[in-house]
Amino acid sequence: MTHEPFSPATATLFGMPAWVLFALIPFVGLACFAWIIARRAVPLRRGAPDPRFERVPERILLVVKIWLAQWRQPRYMLAGVLHIVVFFGFLILAARSMQMVVLGFVPGFVLPGLGGALGAVYNVVKDLAATAVLVAVVILAVRRAYFRPARYAVPEKLGKDHTPEALFVLGLIGTLMVSESLFEGAVLAAEGAPAHSATPLTLTWTFQQALAGVPVSTLKGINLAAYVVHDLTFFFFLCLLPFGKHFHVITSIFNVFFMRLRPGNVKPVAHGVPDAQLDGLKSLGVKTFEDFTWKHMLDFYSCVDCGRCSDRCPANHVKRPLSPRFISIKARDLCFQRYPIFGKPATDAVPLIGGIYSEDEIWSCTTCGACEEECPVGIEYIDKIVDLRRGMVDEGTVPQSIQKPLSALEKRGNPWGKLEKKRASWTEGVGEGVTVKLVETGATAETLYFVDSITSYDDRMQKLARATARILTKAGVDFAIIGKDEKDSGHDVRRFGEEMLFQTLKDHNTEAIKASTARRIVVNDPHALNALRNDYADVPPVEHISEVIARGVGSGALKLEPLSDSSRTYTFHDPCYLGRHNGAYDAPRQAIDGIPGIRRVEMEGNCRDRSFCCGGGGLMLFHEPEEEQRMGVVRVQQAKAAGADVIVTACPFCLTNIEDAIKVAGLEGRMQALDLVELVDGQLQS
Amino acid sequence: MEILVCVKRVPDSAENEISVGPGGADIVRDDLVYSVNEWDNYAVEEAIQIVEREGGSVTVVSACDSEAEEIVRREMAMGANQGLLLTDAAFTGSDGLGIATILKAAALKGKYDLVLTGAQADDGAAQVGGMLAALLDWPYASVVNKIETNVGASLRIGREIEGGNHEISEIDLPCVLSIQTGINEPRYVGIRGIRKVASVEIPVMDSEALGMAKGAVGATGAKVRRVDYFVPQLGAGAEMIQGSTEDVAGKLLDLLKAKGGIK
Repeated sequence: MTHEPFSPATATLFGMPAWVLFALIPFVGLACFAWIIARRAVPLRRGAPDPRFERVPERILLVVKIWLAQWRQPRYMLAGVLHIVVFFGFLILAARSMQMVVLGFVPGFVLPGLGGALGAVYNVVKDLAATAVLVAVVILAVRRAYFRPARYAVPEKLGKDHTPEALFVLGLIGTLMVSESLFEGAVLAAEGAPAHSATPLTLTWTFQQALAGVPVSTLKGINLAAYVVHDLTFFFFLCLLPFGKHFHVITSIFNVFFMRLRPGNVKPVAHGVPDAQLDGLKSLGVKTFEDFTWKHMLDFYSCVDCGRCSDRCPANHVKRPLSPRFISIKARDLCFQRYPIFGKPATDAVPLIGGIYSEDEIWSCTTCGACEEECPVGIEYIDKIVDLRRGMVDEGTVPQSIQKPLSALEKRGNPWGKLEKKRASWTEGVGEGVTVKLVETGATAETLYFVDSITSYDDRMQKLARATARILTKAGVDFAIIGKDEKDSGHDVRRFGEEMLFQTLKDHNTEAIKASTARRIVVNDPHALNALRNDYADVPPVEHISEVIARGVGSGALKLEPLSDSSRTYTFHDPCYLGRHNGAYDAPRQAIDGIPGIRRVEMEGNCRDRSFCCGGGGLMLFHEPEEEQRMGVVRVQQAKAAGADVIVTACPFCLTNIEDAIKVAGLEGRMQALDLVELVDGQLQS
Repeated sequence: MEILVCVKRVPDSAENEISVGPGGADIVRDDLVYSVNEWDNYAVEEAIQIVEREGGSVTVVSACDSEAEEIVRREMAMGANQGLLLTDAAFTGSDGLGIATILKAAALKGKYDLVLTGAQADDGAAQVGGMLAALLDWPYASVVNKIETNVGASLRIGREIEGGNHEISEIDLPCVLSIQTGINEPRYVGIRGIRKVASVEIPVMDSEALGMAKGAVGATGAKVRRVDYFVPQLGAGAEMIQGSTEDVAGKLLDLLKAKGGIK
């Protein structure tokens, strides 16, 4: 390119050397951009502390996987692939854009290292990239404008449709691609030699062909015009990014780097404040925008408005008043309003609840984690929901439906207010040859079976406790239960925002578990699994019964009989706190497949990490948010559509919700729900 | 507005298994957990809301129960400004009139514009509020489910009457109101809230401090004595509705209409 016939740097514009203008544009553009970013950083500095610099290698790997390799994009195939094209196009064209900017005041400028053969290769690649991006942009625009996928829709009460913004930005990207290619096409046409042909069928090549034979003076004008358009568009686009959903172009790499690393866990009330000092805090939880941590604010900046979270959100699906996408967008709008680019930031304390969020909205979440699993830029929702609930608990605004169970948990250690001394009553009728040792009578064992409240007290779920005890016995596990001194794990107490009650339950159970001297813990309730594994500290390793069964089946310690009725088809419903939050997808499937001749199908598209929540466990059983349909009914219909007659799950709450849903869906007698332990217990060889 | 709210500590029927003790005149109390009487909790919430709107203060009082401090503290965590405990060995065994007499003495020790009680208690007879009003010679309205405070020296109050209808009355201050559940949504009191008021001193008044004659209340003054508790025999006559879900729903609807459950 050193022999260019003309260059914007040597051109004259309005009677003065054009390079002055072309040096001024980047200067002003970058100054504006720096100002905007500095203003956008103001709320982040006011946000709550959130240390995210630990485990840096792991974070770098996340950036490589989720940001650079766009790992989550193809989960929505068409949009994902198109995004990947635009994303890599941007990465490739970043060097070319920088070169273009400098070309305005340094004639024939070439980026260091892109002069020789590498430069020639790069030229081919960037021409292909620009062309591919333009094609992708056209498809994306048509898709947005004409096909309008449902997940982009904006409910009326939540403001105007976001399509114009999306189309405008697509237009800008298209303009960048066209002007860059036209700029170079004009140069190549002027050179007129086939030796300098652009890569065939690319945009640049098209312009080169179209402009062949045009007088050089005209080409010079076209080249200059293309340059001006590109330069202005480039800096306009750069400064526009921080004003909307396209801020993610800048923030997503940071957002992914800082994303949460521990699945299942809930953030502490306040980073840097030990649990014992929580009483000393003036206020608990998130009540105003500034109570969010800086990372949660960065989440709001990074939301791409792609709607994947809400598309997978079971609460949104059944029309509860919650859409995770708008948790982010409403907060971002509020942030932009409170922290304007020009003018003073707001200093008043405006409550979020009753403002941008409603109580029902925040109580609608089952913390199933489907949204976080899907988000291509690593936005977290559960911690925000829990923090907002903590704020409401602190203010006393807790739904009446949940106040009773919370009070019972405080007084009796279980949400039904059942007597402590009856916690081990389920052991009656466990069967001959099975002994359930009780720590309260002084017994000890290698393994502690932590039963938790619903399995201990609910008539239906007590069957799961007895089945679990029989399976453990058959598998040769030496186990004991705590008995009356066991209290609720507090899993959902914590997720409903009552942190202090959770701490009390946790401390009590931790002591009881330590006193049992057991070296490992087994549970049948994934909520207990998650609490003991991810919320508690200082307790022995915890395992879910499905893992014990899978191992027993694998080693031959557990021998299972074939089913007596081979006509039925089984499917496995992944409990959120077994699957998404603890990654145990395979163990329960191996356990089921251990039954000779069993026919198992998957609910394709709605299984494993895309499992659809049953309706929520723990305190969610007591809470009935406004909804059009039960989540469990949706789940039962998904199972039916997959051709299953029996839904196997591995969680007492899932079982409760799904059994109810079968009745509500009018499928009683035609479909059945079973817990994994019941299924396996029924096939144990005597 | 200065508001006195009378509260009672009761075994919560939702969190206990209640059985009749050997003597028959009381329930087995070994394994019981207690909470504030539900109606009283609504009364305290209503008082707090009035004070939040109008200014003033809320005092929560409990009589004749040496262990009531726990629930008085809980209501203070909720937002009541003061607590007051009325205990004396001479109060033990008081009947409803006795309790109303003790509460009257306490009410006259302060300058209250309004006294609220729960409409009834889990283990009570819905009598104290009315008796207290009569002893004070103040106007009284029972089962109140709405209070409007912006009419000078009186209140506009709503009551639910037979058949789900509502009645609105005006009542002069000072007065006594017994509060129905559902008048508001009582706020949640968490462990943190209770700990915050854990060290607040709650004054205790005995018969001397209240200026009451010995023997007027307590077991000696009681004119109503509980004689027996019994668990009713399970009766027959439950009707199981058979048929498809739609049939069952239809028949149930007819039955509920016929028996006056719904209109």
